[in-house]
Amino acid sequence: MAGEGDAERGGAVAGDALPDALERRIGREARECLRAARIGIAGAGGLGSNIAVMLARSGVGELVVADFDVVDEDNLNRQHYFREHLGRPKVEALAEQLRSIGAGTRVRTLRTRVTAENVRGIFGGCDIVCEAFDDPEAKALLVEELLTLPEGPVLVAGNGMAGAGPACEIVTRRVSRRFYVCGDGASDVGAVGALFAPRVALCAAQQALLAVRVVLGLEGP
Amino acid sequence: MAQINGRIAPEADGRTVAELLEQMGYERARVACELNGEILPRAEFDARRLTAEDALEVVRFVGGG
Repeated sequence: MAGEGDAERGGAVAGDALPDALERRIGREARECLRAARIGIAGAGGLGSNIAVMLARSGVGELVVADFDVVDEDNLNRQHYFREHLGRPKVEALAEQLRSIGAGTRVRTLRTRVTAENVRGIFGGCDIVCEAFDDPEAKALLVEELLTLPEGPVLVAGNGMAGAGPACEIVTRRVSRRFYVCGDGASDVGAVGALFAPRVALCAAQQALLAVRVVLGLEGP
Repeated sequence: MAQINGRIAPEADGRTVAELLEQMGYERARVACELNGEILPRAEFDARRLTAEDALEVVRFVGGG
């Protein structure tokens, strides 16, 4: 697959530091559950980069991150990148940060555009997929392709986090057995225009928390 | 009577999913439809008519992420 990389390389040393501290903080059982989880992140922008950081800090064993884009100056107001990442592929810049967290997460990066043709190959083997695209048609496509896959992943979509509306409008809703949606469900960036770091992060945090809850068996059957 | 997003929708009986989406002003490329708890592929929107027993859940996606 185009641009596939394995950010596990070189991460072993940095990955040795956090696990003991992480286990003290979250307990052995949660630590083992999270270490066994494979979670996909579709898009490494405002939602995806923040979700990835939170899941790596939570000790998720494997993250599969797909994005075709490079870090641009316009991204820095809300996406988890820094000036030194400008011009670099987002998946690469993100994988580097995830390694620095040092929780031993294996990061599989794919620098590619997710399409109807490759989506199942990339994410079909994940336990959970966090949808983090900005284009509504890409969101709808991912949901349809993965939910029509029998016994496929649980899907956690992000939908509506533009503008400066109140935090309480960002909610997590379970649509069906394998389908959850986080967001206000209404604020379209095309109409609203602005995207603010706290509100984007609120939505990302709800998606990441939902993923953790599914892994820990805290969501209903 | 059929239900749409948890609301009883008398107007939905006998209509196709595509017709209902158009009536709601939703673009089909930007929605995910769950019919009775299962995802309904877009390719079936034109043919699938709702009956009184059906529950349709429509998630309309907006831009931003």
